[in-house]
Amino acid sequence: MDMSEEVLQQASPGLIPGSGTARAAKPTRLSPSFISWLQAGPMMLVFLAFFLIPLVFVVIVSFWDYNEYQLLPALSGRGYTDTFEGCIAQLPDLCTIAKTYLKTLKLCFLVWAITLFIGFWVAYFLAFHVKSKTWQMGLSLLCTIPFWTSNVIRMIAWIPLLGRNGLVNSGLTKAGLINHPIEWLLFSEFSVVLALVHLFTFFMVVPIFNSMVRIDKSLIEAAYDAGATGFQTLVNVIIPLAKPGIVIGSIFVITIVMGDFITIGVMGGQQIAAAGKIIETRVNALQFPAAAANAVILLAITFLIITMMSRIVDIKKEL
Amino acid sequence: MTETTRTKGVSRRTLLKGTAGLAGLAAGSGAITGFPYVKSADAKVLRYLGTAVNEGDDISKQCLKDTGIKIEYITATTDDVTKRVMTQPNSFDVLDTEYFSLKKLVPSGNILALDAKKIKEFDNITPVFTKGETPGGKKIGGQGTAPWKVLYLEGKDSKKFATSATEFVTLIPTVYNADTLGIRPDLIKRPISTWAELLNPEFKGKASILNIPSIGIMDAAMVVEATGKYKYADKGNMTKEEIDLTMKVMTEAKKAGQFRAFWKDFNESVNLMASGETVIQSMWSPAVTKVRSMGIPCTFQPLKEGYRSWASGFCVSKGVSGAKLEWAYEFVNWFLSGYAGAYLNRQGYYSAVLPTAKAHMEPYEWAYWMEGKPAEKDIKAPDGSLLEKAGAVRDGGSYEDRMGGVACWNAVMDENDYMVRKWNEFIAA
Repeated sequence: MDMSEEVLQQASPGLIPGSGTARAAKPTRLSPSFISWLQAGPMMLVFLAFFLIPLVFVVIVSFWDYNEYQLLPALSGRGYTDTFEGCIAQLPDLCTIAKTYLKTLKLCFLVWAITLFIGFWVAYFLAFHVKSKTWQMGLSLLCTIPFWTSNVIRMIAWIPLLGRNGLVNSGLTKAGLINHPIEWLLFSEFSVVLALVHLFTFFMVVPIFNSMVRIDKSLIEAAYDAGATGFQTLVNVIIPLAKPGIVIGSIFVITIVMGDFITIGVMGGQQIAAAGKIIETRVNALQFPAAAANAVILLAITFLIITMMSRIVDIKKEL
Repeated sequence: MTETTRTKGVSRRTLLKGTAGLAGLAAGSGAITGFPYVKSADAKVLRYLGTAVNEGDDISKQCLKDTGIKIEYITATTDDVTKRVMTQPNSFDVLDTEYFSLKKLVPSGNILALDAKKIKEFDNITPVFTKGETPGGKKIGGQGTAPWKVLYLEGKDSKKFATSATEFVTLIPTVYNADTLGIRPDLIKRPISTWAELLNPEFKGKASILNIPSIGIMDAAMVVEATGKYKYADKGNMTKEEIDLTMKVMTEAKKAGQFRAFWKDFNESVNLMASGETVIQSMWSPAVTKVRSMGIPCTFQPLKEGYRSWASGFCVSKGVSGAKLEWAYEFVNWFLSGYAGAYLNRQGYYSAVLPTAKAHMEPYEWAYWMEGKPAEKDIKAPDGSLLEKAGAVRDGGSYEDRMGGVACWNAVMDENDYMVRKWNEFIAA
């Protein structure tokens, strides 16, 4: 019996019927690397067909030319030059596209920071303060309840609450706290961030909770025994060990917010530009190459952020 | 004309009921088969791509009843309809879209013009479409993509618009309206008579326009002209300088906090107005009706500079031929035969063929909707809900006054690409 067969048998003993004799094993003499390919294959094909190939098309189309009603498959940088038109001439003032991307980054950062803060403490509570496994399970299921309704409904539900004549404003007016309704509650950056935080905090909670429950409780006890304060334990033990969850949660939130245009549109009263909105407008005007160019830029920026984050934490190692 | 079409429908119905009994009725729902001719009726399906304006359950049900044609609605926004024609021309049979989209659709070669000779009511189509004047002879403003500029093609497969009438019609007209600003009279408390009021600082933080660039910029141009800042040669086809000027005025207003929000679809505009977030904004007629049916005062305010108009109609996908094409003609002919026209008129839109629509409306309804007379009886919406109490008068008066007051039409400009970029800057400002 050679090496490959041995590995094979270990991996899946049932695969080789009557493997006592070499003759019987012969027809199933598959190399271990082939088995690995076989296992990873389906996912890889899906990934290839529905992610990589379309992405390659997006990049190709971003270098095409276009007119009012069709794509012209000729090499052209027009999608990009149109996007940045007038940006250099306008210096030192920022051009619209730069402002739009900065605004997107700002919203993204705010949402990331707030969801991380809330998500961390919710996960912390679930992982360390809730002792019984049943309650842990029950409470984390409770977190998913908002997801039983659609994104759009949860988002739109804010409007009657925050509006000029909404619940908050009329409540404050009746309580005699304000004379005029507060205008910035709705159709503002505030309402955008609020809705995004509301929608996406859960994406932080789950991975962080996942990392935290796997922390060996004896490590925390050891830290206490060694005289660490609660804060020291948090900073030196819990946070480092929860890092993979934090990074995974951050990747979820950042990628979603960077590409979002529906929430920003609805909650911002269509007055706040976002990178995703530019792509949508371009697509609606049938300017596919320009839309693709903006998609490539957005992808590059998001990719850059994620690369930086995975520099801080080596997820592969931590998992 | 109407009579013959209707009689035909009835005879078919009687035939089906008489011979096949329940199965005849079921032919519509496609549930039971068993009789050869029922089967063939069963297969009469048209995939209908369009915006929601012309679509309605009542219309498709009545159509099935009268013609045996089953309509499958594919509803999308105007932009998405255009996108779909460009990228998936085989995913629909009948196309219902706006005239201003034709500048993009016709050169793409993905749509097929219909033959005017096969449209029974073609000669009865209102002169608004064919001559650019009202039946009463009032000249209509032709700025923008006015329907009569793009109504005919030079030949069956031509990609060029004909300058005079030909047999080949790009879109068979169905519905149109003259849009203006919607206001909340209870919150404004004074008369509004000009487009310039949209940028009046009095309504700071309470105004809105729609975030559809090609339409929004037309409204903006109406405002700029009304303030006396500039007079456009053609609001629907601006030069780059004119686009810059228009967007500058709007951007300044936006930076000063004039707008509460922009809206993109019907419901958004209804919500903004009904909740009091805005008191003056560009609006569509049925959205005003909707706000009013919620018990909130809302006026579709006629303004002295006139209206911005739009119109839509039917054509078919390039892939449609043979029997399907015949059904498409049958459907279009049915649509113009009165039921649908009356249905649209009762929503505040206008039907392309007025005599057939009139035959399907009560005289008091016609007087209210079309002649601008006070309602003799309560006015009901097509779904039966109360729209106006007896005595009410329609905003904007009669058909003649309203369509005669049109200043420009929704358009796609030659500089559309530049305009869209500038619009993005305006939104980001």
